[in-house]
Amino acid sequence: MKITIKYFGVIAEEAGKTEEVLELDSDDIDVEFLKDHCFSKYSLSDTKSIQVAVNQNMGASGPLQDGDEVAFLPPFSGG
Amino acid sequence: MPKNGFTEKYSRQIKLPEVGSAGQEKLGNAKILIVGMGGLGCPAAQYLAAAGVGTLGLMDHDHVNLSNLHRQILYRESDVGKLKGEVAKTALRKLNPDVNLISIPERLDNNNALALFEKFDLIIDGSDNFQTKYLINDAAVLTDKPWIYASIYKYQGQLSVFNYESGPTYRCLFPTTTNQNVSCEEVGVIGVLPGVLGTLQATEAIKMILNAGSVISGKLKIIDLLTNQDQLIKLQKNAEQVEKVKSRGLKPEIIECELASADKLYLDVREPYEEPRPQNSNIISIPLNQLKARHHEIPKDRQVHVFCQHGIRSKNAIEYLSDNFGFTNLVNVEDGIQSILKEETHA
Repeated sequence: MKITIKYFGVIAEEAGKTEEVLELDSDDIDVEFLKDHCFSKYSLSDTKSIQVAVNQNMGASGPLQDGDEVAFLPPFSGG
Repeated sequence: MPKNGFTEKYSRQIKLPEVGSAGQEKLGNAKILIVGMGGLGCPAAQYLAAAGVGTLGLMDHDHVNLSNLHRQILYRESDVGKLKGEVAKTALRKLNPDVNLISIPERLDNNNALALFEKFDLIIDGSDNFQTKYLINDAAVLTDKPWIYASIYKYQGQLSVFNYESGPTYRCLFPTTTNQNVSCEEVGVIGVLPGVLGTLQATEAIKMILNAGSVISGKLKIIDLLTNQDQLIKLQKNAEQVEKVKSRGLKPEIIECELASADKLYLDVREPYEEPRPQNSNIISIPLNQLKARHHEIPKDRQVHVFCQHGIRSKNAIEYLSDNFGFTNLVNVEDGIQSILKEETHA
Protein backbone atom coordinates (compact mmCIF):
# COMPACT_ATOMS: atom_id res chain seq x y z
CA MET A 1 0.00 0.00 0.00
CA LYS A 2 0.92 3.64 -0.47
CA ILE A 3 1.37 5.96 2.51
CA THR A 4 2.23 9.67 2.31
CA ILE A 5 4.47 10.83 5.13
CA LYS A 6 5.02 14.41 6.24
CA TYR A 7 7.90 15.50 8.44
CA PHE A 8 7.97 18.75 10.44
CA GLY A 9 10.52 20.84 12.32
CA VAL A 10 13.81 19.29 13.25
CA ILE A 11 12.81 15.81 12.08
CA ALA A 12 12.25 17.12 8.54
CA GLU A 13 15.86 18.26 8.61
CA GLU A 14 17.09 14.97 9.99
CA ALA A 15 15.12 13.06 7.35
CA GLY A 16 16.30 15.50 4.68
CA LYS A 17 12.76 15.91 3.35
CA THR A 18 9.38 17.33 4.30
CA GLU A 19 7.35 14.71 2.49
CA GLU A 20 7.66 11.29 0.88
CA VAL A 21 5.41 8.55 -0.46
CA LEU A 22 6.22 5.06 0.79
CA GLU A 23 5.23 1.96 -1.20
CA LEU A 24 4.91 -0.87 1.32
CA ASP A 25 4.67 -4.52 0.33
CA SER A 26 2.43 -5.51 3.19
CA ASP A 27 -1.18 -4.37 3.63
CA ASP A 28 -0.91 -5.04 7.34
CA ILE A 29 0.92 -1.96 8.62
CA ASP A 30 0.03 -0.02 11.74
CA VAL A 31 1.04 3.46 12.93
CA GLU A 32 3.55 2.14 15.45
CA PHE A 33 5.32 -0.01 12.84
CA LEU A 34 5.51 2.89 10.39
CA LYS A 35 6.90 5.22 13.07
CA ASP A 36 9.61 2.71 14.00
CA HIS A 37 10.36 2.13 10.32
CA CYS A 38 10.78 5.82 9.47
CA PHE A 39 12.60 6.73 12.66
CA SER A 40 15.21 4.02 12.27
CA LYS A 41 15.53 4.67 8.52
CA TYR A 42 16.62 8.27 9.14
CA SER A 43 17.94 7.85 12.72
CA LEU A 44 15.44 10.46 13.91
CA SER A 45 15.91 11.77 17.42
CA ASP A 46 13.67 12.40 20.44
CA THR A 47 11.03 9.83 19.55
CA LYS A 48 9.12 10.18 22.82
CA SER A 49 7.73 13.67 22.34
CA ILE A 50 6.97 13.28 18.61
CA GLN A 51 3.23 13.07 17.93
CA VAL A 52 1.68 11.25 14.98
CA ALA A 53 -1.35 12.42 13.02
CA VAL A 54 -3.13 10.19 10.50
CA ASN A 55 -5.27 11.99 7.92
CA GLN A 56 -5.06 15.19 10.02
CA ASN A 57 -6.17 13.43 13.22
CA MET A 58 -3.69 13.66 16.06
CA GLY A 59 -2.92 10.70 18.26
CA ALA A 60 -4.24 8.09 15.81
CA SER A 61 -3.03 4.52 16.27
CA GLY A 62 -3.70 1.07 14.86
CA PRO A 63 -3.83 -0.20 11.26
CA LEU A 64 -3.23 2.09 8.29
CA GLN A 65 -5.18 2.09 5.02
CA ASP A 66 -3.89 2.51 1.49
CA GLY A 67 -3.63 6.24 0.70
CA ASP A 68 -3.36 7.40 4.33
CA GLU A 69 -1.39 10.53 5.13
CA VAL A 70 0.79 10.30 8.22
CA ALA A 71 2.42 13.37 9.82
CA PHE A 72 5.24 13.30 12.38
CA LEU A 73 5.12 16.40 14.56
CA PRO A 74 7.69 17.47 17.10
CA PRO A 75 6.85 20.17 19.65
CA PHE A 76 8.40 23.60 18.93
CA SER A 77 9.75 25.73 21.72
CA GLY A 78 10.60 29.01 19.99
CA GLY A 79 8.80 32.26 20.59
CA MET B 1 -17.85 56.30 29.50
CA PRO B 2 -16.21 56.17 26.08
CA LYS B 3 -13.47 58.75 25.72
CA ASN B 4 -13.32 61.47 23.12
CA GLY B 5 -12.86 60.15 19.59
CA PHE B 6 -13.73 56.64 20.76
CA THR B 7 -16.22 55.90 18.01
CA GLU B 8 -13.99 57.32 15.30
CA LYS B 9 -10.92 55.44 16.53
CA TYR B 10 -12.61 52.08 16.28
CA SER B 11 -15.07 52.96 13.50
CA ARG B 12 -13.67 50.54 10.92
CA GLN B 13 -14.07 47.53 13.18
CA ILE B 14 -17.32 48.70 14.79
CA LYS B 15 -18.74 48.61 11.23
CA LEU B 16 -18.32 44.83 11.24
CA PRO B 17 -21.49 43.05 12.36
CA GLU B 18 -19.40 40.74 14.60
CA VAL B 19 -18.05 43.78 16.48
CA GLY B 20 -20.52 46.67 16.63
CA SER B 21 -20.70 48.97 19.65
CA ALA B 22 -21.45 46.04 21.95
CA GLY B 23 -18.39 44.16 20.72
CA GLN B 24 -16.21 47.23 21.13
CA GLU B 25 -17.39 47.47 24.71
CA LYS B 26 -16.50 43.80 25.26
CA LEU B 27 -13.00 44.49 23.93
CA GLY B 28 -12.74 47.47 26.25
CA ASN B 29 -13.61 45.30 29.24
CA ALA B 30 -11.25 42.45 28.33
CA LYS B 31 -8.07 41.70 30.27
CA ILE B 32 -5.34 39.79 28.45
CA LEU B 33 -2.01 38.62 29.83
CA ILE B 34 0.85 38.15 27.37
CA VAL B 35 3.55 35.87 28.78
CA GLY B 36 6.75 36.76 26.94
CA MET B 37 7.15 40.02 25.01
CA GLY B 38 9.36 38.60 22.26
CA GLY B 39 8.67 37.79 18.63
CA LEU B 40 5.13 36.54 19.33
CA GLY B 41 4.23 38.95 22.12
CA CYS B 42 5.17 42.14 20.21
CA PRO B 43 2.75 41.87 17.28
CA ALA B 44 0.02 40.35 19.48
CA ALA B 45 0.27 43.28 21.91
CA GLN B 46 0.26 45.85 19.10
CA TYR B 47 -2.91 44.58 17.45
CA LEU B 48 -4.69 44.06 20.76
CA ALA B 49 -3.80 47.56 21.95
CA ALA B 50 -4.86 49.01 18.60
CA ALA B 51 -8.16 47.11 18.78
CA GLY B 52 -8.91 48.74 22.13
CA VAL B 53 -8.52 45.79 24.50
CA GLY B 54 -9.06 47.23 27.98
CA THR B 55 -6.13 45.78 29.91
CA LEU B 56 -2.90 44.21 28.64
CA GLY B 57 -0.42 42.53 30.97
CA LEU B 58 3.05 42.62 29.38
CA MET B 59 5.15 40.00 31.12
CA ASP B 60 8.87 39.63 30.45
CA HIS B 61 11.88 39.59 32.76
CA ASP B 62 14.30 40.10 29.88
CA HIS B 63 16.02 43.09 28.33
CA VAL B 64 16.04 44.15 24.68
CA ASN B 65 18.96 42.69 22.77
CA LEU B 66 20.22 43.87 19.37
CA SER B 67 19.60 40.42 17.88
CA ASN B 68 15.91 40.65 18.92
CA LEU B 69 15.12 43.56 16.63
CA HIS B 70 14.61 41.66 13.37
CA ARG B 71 11.49 40.05 14.80
CA GLN B 72 10.51 41.87 18.02
CA ILE B 73 9.08 44.83 16.22
CA LEU B 74 8.05 47.02 19.16
CA TYR B 75 11.69 47.71 19.98
CA ARG B 76 14.18 50.18 18.50
CA GLU B 77 17.99 50.15 18.51
CA SER B 78 17.89 52.85 21.18
CA ASP B 79 15.96 50.41 23.44
CA VAL B 80 18.78 47.85 23.65
CA GLY B 81 19.46 46.99 27.29
CA LYS B 82 16.06 48.20 28.56
CA LEU B 83 13.34 45.97 30.05
CA LYS B 84 11.08 44.66 27.29
CA GLY B 85 7.83 45.15 29.21
CA GLU B 86 8.69 48.77 30.01
CA VAL B 87 9.68 49.61 26.43
CA ALA B 88 6.55 47.88 25.13
CA LYS B 89 4.39 49.81 27.58
CA THR B 90 5.81 53.16 26.43
CA ALA B 91 5.39 52.28 22.74
CA LEU B 92 1.87 50.91 23.16
CA ARG B 93 0.75 53.90 25.22
CA LYS B 94 1.57 56.12 22.24
CA LEU B 95 -0.40 53.79 19.99
CA ASN B 96 -3.48 53.79 22.21
CA PRO B 97 -3.61 55.74 25.49
CA ASP B 98 -7.01 54.18 26.32
CA VAL B 99 -5.46 50.80 27.12
CA ASN B 100 -4.47 49.99 30.68
CA LEU B 101 -0.92 48.65 30.22
CA ILE B 102 0.77 46.70 33.00
CA SER B 103 4.44 45.80 32.71
CA ILE B 104 5.33 42.69 34.72
CA PRO B 105 9.14 42.37 34.77
CA GLU B 106 9.17 38.82 36.16
CA ARG B 107 9.61 35.30 34.89
CA LEU B 108 6.45 33.20 35.12
CA ASP B 109 7.01 30.61 37.85
CA ASN B 110 5.13 28.29 40.19
CA ASN B 111 4.84 31.03 42.81
CA ASN B 112 3.38 33.85 40.73
CA ALA B 113 1.42 32.04 37.98
CA LEU B 114 -1.92 31.32 39.64
CA ALA B 115 -2.46 34.71 41.31
CA LEU B 116 -1.47 36.44 38.09
CA PHE B 117 -3.71 34.36 35.81
CA GLU B 118 -6.69 35.04 38.13
CA LYS B 119 -6.48 38.73 37.22
CA PHE B 120 -6.93 38.14 33.47
CA ASP B 121 -9.58 36.66 31.16
CA LEU B 122 -7.23 34.88 28.82
CA ILE B 123 -3.53 34.25 28.37
CA ILE B 124 -1.38 34.57 25.27
CA ASP B 125 1.71 32.38 25.14
CA GLY B 126 4.67 34.35 23.87
CA SER B 127 7.18 32.14 25.66
CA ASP B 128 10.22 30.52 24.10
CA ASN B 129 10.73 27.37 26.16
CA PHE B 130 8.87 24.16 27.02
CA GLN B 131 9.03 24.68 30.78
CA THR B 132 7.03 27.91 30.51
CA LYS B 133 4.58 26.41 28.00
CA TYR B 134 3.75 23.54 30.37
CA LEU B 135 3.50 25.98 33.27
CA ILE B 136 1.11 28.24 31.30
CA ASN B 137 -0.95 25.16 30.49
CA ASP B 138 -1.16 23.91 34.07
CA ALA B 139 -1.84 27.34 35.58
CA ALA B 140 -4.54 27.93 32.91
CA VAL B 141 -6.19 24.59 33.75
CA LEU B 142 -6.07 25.34 37.48
CA THR B 143 -7.51 28.86 37.11
CA ASP B 144 -9.94 27.79 34.35
CA LYS B 145 -8.61 30.27 31.77
CA PRO B 146 -8.28 29.64 28.03
CA TRP B 147 -4.84 30.27 26.53
CA ILE B 148 -3.59 30.86 23.03
CA TYR B 149 -0.55 28.80 22.17
CA ALA B 150 2.01 29.48 19.48
CA SER B 151 5.48 28.15 18.89
CA ILE B 152 7.97 28.69 16.13
CA TYR B 153 10.85 26.89 14.49
CA LYS B 154 12.86 28.51 11.68
CA TYR B 155 10.06 28.94 9.07
CA GLN B 156 7.36 26.80 10.74
CA GLY B 157 4.81 27.68 13.36
CA GLN B 158 2.17 25.94 15.47
CA LEU B 159 -1.02 27.58 16.71
CA SER B 160 -3.89 26.40 18.90
CA VAL B 161 -6.23 27.54 21.65
CA PHE B 162 -6.11 25.33 24.72
CA ASN B 163 -8.41 24.86 27.69
CA TYR B 164 -11.20 26.72 25.88
CA GLU B 165 -14.70 25.65 26.93
CA SER B 166 -13.36 22.33 28.28
CA GLY B 167 -11.44 21.65 25.06
CA PRO B 168 -8.07 19.91 24.74
CA THR B 169 -4.99 21.21 26.57
CA TYR B 170 -1.31 21.39 25.65
CA ARG B 171 -0.68 18.19 27.59
CA CYS B 172 -3.36 16.44 25.49
CA LEU B 173 -1.26 17.32 22.42
CA PHE B 174 2.21 16.76 23.89
CA PRO B 175 1.85 14.52 26.97
CA THR B 176 5.54 13.68 27.08
CA THR B 177 7.52 16.64 28.33
CA THR B 178 10.83 17.33 26.73
CA ASN B 179 13.75 19.47 27.74
CA GLN B 180 15.09 19.75 24.21
CA ASN B 181 14.48 23.48 23.93
CA VAL B 182 15.49 24.76 20.55
CA SER B 183 15.79 28.52 20.72
CA CYS B 184 15.69 31.07 17.91
CA GLU B 185 19.15 32.14 19.11
CA GLU B 186 20.46 28.69 18.38
CA VAL B 187 18.84 27.64 15.09
CA GLY B 188 17.78 30.95 13.62
CA VAL B 189 14.32 32.17 12.68
CA ILE B 190 12.87 34.27 9.88
CA GLY B 191 11.67 37.56 11.38
CA VAL B 192 8.17 37.53 9.91
CA LEU B 193 7.35 34.07 11.33
CA PRO B 194 6.52 35.20 14.89
CA GLY B 195 4.84 38.20 13.26
CA VAL B 196 2.43 35.87 11.47
CA LEU B 197 1.86 33.63 14.50
CA GLY B 198 1.58 36.48 17.03
CA THR B 199 -0.94 38.23 14.77
CA LEU B 200 -2.98 35.01 14.56
CA GLN B 201 -2.87 34.78 18.37
CA ALA B 202 -4.27 38.33 18.59
CA THR B 203 -6.97 37.35 16.06
CA GLU B 204 -8.04 34.35 18.14
CA ALA B 205 -8.10 36.53 21.27
CA ILE B 206 -10.36 39.09 19.59
CA LYS B 207 -12.71 36.33 18.33
CA MET B 208 -12.88 34.79 21.80
CA ILE B 209 -13.75 38.14 23.38
CA LEU B 210 -16.39 38.87 20.72
CA ASN B 211 -17.66 35.30 20.65
CA ALA B 212 -17.34 35.51 16.85
CA GLY B 213 -16.58 32.83 14.27
CA SER B 214 -14.90 29.63 15.32
CA VAL B 215 -11.96 29.52 17.68
CA ILE B 216 -9.03 27.23 16.86
CA SER B 217 -9.71 24.98 19.85
CA GLY B 218 -9.37 21.22 19.34
CA LYS B 219 -7.24 21.91 16.28
CA LEU B 220 -3.56 22.52 15.68
CA LYS B 221 -2.65 24.80 12.81
CA ILE B 222 0.79 24.27 11.33
CA ILE B 223 2.19 26.94 9.08
CA ASP B 224 5.25 26.57 6.88
CA LEU B 225 6.28 29.88 5.38
CA LEU B 226 8.99 28.26 3.28
CA THR B 227 6.82 25.71 1.45
CA ASN B 228 3.34 27.24 1.95
CA GLN B 229 2.14 23.78 2.97
CA ASP B 230 -0.16 24.42 5.90
CA GLN B 231 -1.95 21.77 7.94
CA LEU B 232 -4.95 21.78 10.23
CA ILE B 233 -4.90 18.78 12.53
CA LYS B 234 -7.73 17.68 14.80
CA LEU B 235 -6.87 17.19 18.48
CA GLN B 236 -8.55 14.98 21.05
CA LYS B 237 -8.96 15.85 24.69
CA ASN B 238 -7.13 13.52 27.05
CA ALA B 239 -9.18 13.80 30.24
CA GLU B 240 -6.56 11.89 32.21
CA GLN B 241 -3.92 14.55 31.46
CA VAL B 242 -6.28 17.33 32.56
CA GLU B 243 -7.27 15.53 35.77
CA LYS B 244 -3.63 14.92 36.62
CA VAL B 245 -2.92 18.65 36.53
CA LYS B 246 -6.03 19.40 38.61
CA SER B 247 -5.12 16.91 41.30
CA ARG B 248 -1.43 17.68 41.65
CA GLY B 249 -1.43 21.46 41.08
CA LEU B 250 1.68 23.27 39.90
CA LYS B 251 4.76 21.20 40.29
CA PRO B 252 8.16 21.84 38.79
CA GLU B 253 9.26 19.04 36.55
CA ILE B 254 12.78 18.67 37.74
CA ILE B 255 14.80 16.24 35.75
CA GLU B 256 17.49 15.04 38.10
CA CYS B 257 20.82 14.36 36.54
CA GLU B 258 24.53 14.38 37.21
CA LEU B 259 27.66 14.94 35.18
CA ALA B 260 29.76 11.92 34.26
CA SER B 261 32.94 13.63 35.38
CA ALA B 262 33.27 15.31 38.78
CA ASP B 263 36.91 16.35 38.18
CA LYS B 264 36.68 18.49 35.05
CA LEU B 265 35.62 22.11 35.33
CA TYR B 266 32.62 23.11 33.20
CA LEU B 267 31.12 26.37 31.98
CA ASP B 268 27.37 26.24 31.23
CA VAL B 269 26.40 29.08 28.85
CA ARG B 270 22.70 28.16 28.68
CA GLU B 271 19.86 30.31 30.04
CA PRO B 272 18.86 29.52 33.66
CA TYR B 273 15.58 27.88 32.61
CA GLU B 274 17.15 25.39 30.22
CA GLU B 275 17.09 21.78 31.32
CA PRO B 276 18.45 19.37 32.37
CA ARG B 277 20.43 21.09 35.10
CA PRO B 278 23.07 18.88 36.65
CA GLN B 279 23.55 19.52 40.35
CA ASN B 280 27.34 19.23 40.36
CA SER B 281 29.56 21.84 42.01
CA ASN B 282 32.13 21.79 39.18
CA ILE B 283 29.90 23.90 36.91
CA ILE B 284 30.05 27.66 36.46
CA SER B 285 26.77 28.94 34.97
CA ILE B 286 26.97 32.13 32.92
CA PRO B 287 24.36 32.62 30.17
CA LEU B 288 25.77 33.71 26.81
CA ASN B 289 24.60 37.31 27.04
CA GLN B 290 26.21 37.78 30.48
CA LEU B 291 29.70 36.67 29.45
CA LYS B 292 30.82 40.23 28.80
CA ALA B 293 30.00 41.27 32.36
CA ARG B 294 31.01 38.06 34.14
CA HIS B 295 33.97 36.63 32.18
CA HIS B 296 36.26 37.25 35.19
CA GLU B 297 34.44 34.43 37.03
CA ILE B 298 36.00 31.92 34.61
CA PRO B 299 39.48 30.71 35.62
CA LYS B 300 42.27 31.01 33.06
CA ASP B 301 44.77 28.67 34.73
CA ARG B 302 43.06 25.35 34.03
CA GLN B 303 41.10 23.68 31.25
CA VAL B 304 37.40 24.64 31.19
CA HIS B 305 34.89 22.58 29.20
CA VAL B 306 32.15 24.82 27.78
CA PHE B 307 28.71 23.39 27.08
CA CYS B 308 25.20 24.37 26.04
CA GLN B 309 22.27 22.31 24.72
CA HIS B 310 23.75 21.18 21.40
CA GLY B 311 27.28 22.60 21.19
CA ILE B 312 26.61 25.62 18.98
CA ARG B 313 26.28 28.41 21.52
CA SER B 314 29.22 27.02 23.50
CA LYS B 315 31.35 27.21 20.33
CA ASN B 316 30.33 30.85 19.87
CA ALA B 317 31.05 31.52 23.55
CA ILE B 318 34.58 30.18 23.21
CA GLU B 319 35.22 32.32 20.12
CA TYR B 320 33.91 35.37 21.91
CA LEU B 321 35.90 34.78 25.11
CA SER B 322 39.11 33.98 23.20
CA ASP B 323 38.85 36.98 20.86
CA ASN B 324 37.84 39.53 23.46
CA PHE B 325 39.32 38.42 26.75
CA GLY B 326 42.31 36.28 25.79
CA PHE B 327 41.08 32.90 26.98
CA THR B 328 43.21 29.99 25.69
CA ASN B 329 42.01 27.26 28.06
CA LEU B 330 38.46 26.65 26.76
CA VAL B 331 37.33 23.38 25.16
CA ASN B 332 33.97 22.95 23.43
CA VAL B 333 31.64 20.09 24.42
CA GLU B 334 30.64 19.49 20.80
CA ASP B 335 27.56 17.33 21.31
CA GLY B 336 26.03 19.40 24.09
CA ILE B 337 24.96 18.57 27.60
CA GLN B 338 23.51 15.11 26.91
CA SER B 339 27.00 13.86 25.99
CA ILE B 340 28.52 14.72 29.39
CA LEU B 341 25.75 13.40 31.64
CA LYS B 342 26.04 10.19 33.59
CA GLU B 343 24.55 7.39 31.48
CA GLU B 344 21.63 6.54 33.77
CA THR B 345 20.65 10.18 34.24
CA HIS B 346 20.14 10.94 30.55
CA ALA B 347 16.90 12.83 30.36
